[in-house]
Amino acid sequence: MATPVLPAPADAAFAAACLDAGQPVPGFIRCPAGERPERRFSVYRNNVVASLIGALEAKYPAVAAIVGDEFFRATARLFIAAHPPRGPVMARFGGPFADFLAGFPPAAGLPYLPDVARLEALVLEAFHAADALPLAHDHLPALASGAIALRRHPAAFLLRSQWPVLTLWRMNTGHVELAAVEDWSGQEILVARPGLEVSAVLLPPGAAAFLETLEVGPAAAAAAALDVPGADLSLILAALAQAGAFCAPEVQP
Amino acid sequence: MKTALDLAVLGALAVALGAATPAFAQDANAGKEKCFGVALKGQNDCAAGPGTTCAGTSKVDYQGNAWKLVPKGTCMTMKTPSGMGSLMPIKS
Repeated sequence: MATPVLPAPADAAFAAACLDAGQPVPGFIRCPAGERPERRFSVYRNNVVASLIGALEAKYPAVAAIVGDEFFRATARLFIAAHPPRGPVMARFGGPFADFLAGFPPAAGLPYLPDVARLEALVLEAFHAADALPLAHDHLPALASGAIALRRHPAAFLLRSQWPVLTLWRMNTGHVELAAVEDWSGQEILVARPGLEVSAVLLPPGAAAFLETLEVGPAAAAAAALDVPGADLSLILAALAQAGAFCAPEVQP
Repeated sequence: MKTALDLAVLGALAVALGAATPAFAQDANAGKEKCFGVALKGQNDCAAGPGTTCAGTSKVDYQGNAWKLVPKGTCMTMKTPSGMGSLMPIKS
């Protein structure tokens, strides 16, 4: 049976001291003779924070590129102090980063930045979401007969933004060349992982409404989509089906 | 009992799925496997990187100058539209 190394209160003190240089070194820290605990502990503390900054950089590379390294690292340090990890899974660390950026005055000149962070978080979420085969042409007879239902793929996520965040994300992740953005109109984006690769695609008008309403039923989804100005059901379904927004039935008909 | 799919939806789907072979055809996954359990970062060596000492940056207080931070990355190239905030630092 595993025995905790430290009692819970000591754990909490250790965690707090790791993230806050203003806190004293926990009293139970021991050093080899002649060494100062403060110095030894500050190495550890520094590595904790630097590793967490690195984890945020890995999760939010486009945000980091947009604001630059110095700004990102300083911002990340403040974020970590306010929102330390709540569990050991680094992929889940940093969830509130987009909301933090939205309320961060130095980033106020970049109003699109929180949505770029939301897109990057969805990319990681799609990567770790459940695997499922995408809907294919073979499934159409079963769909037509009502034997199976049209369902959203478990690794398909929507982002609606009033900013062109897909364009911004592509420019800052090496998908397209960096340039001045001429069209600043909003975008509706599908992040999906029908196979092993995550993709993010721009959706035509009404596609987001369709996918959001799909749980109610396909007729309701179509109606919701067609309420959107400029919606074309063929375009919508082509975009969603080809991007992998729908999943195959769990049991083959 | 499930209801049959709305005909308009089904027709559009048939066109969508029939017209093009999706890029994610299963062959595309051949030879790849999903790598589970790989942490994004987690080295236990000196993580602070070049230009720092191992213990050196931990006491730097960014709180004090956070409000003077200015984004200096690609945002300069992409040009935030005028009227929606500027790239100038916020004056305190």
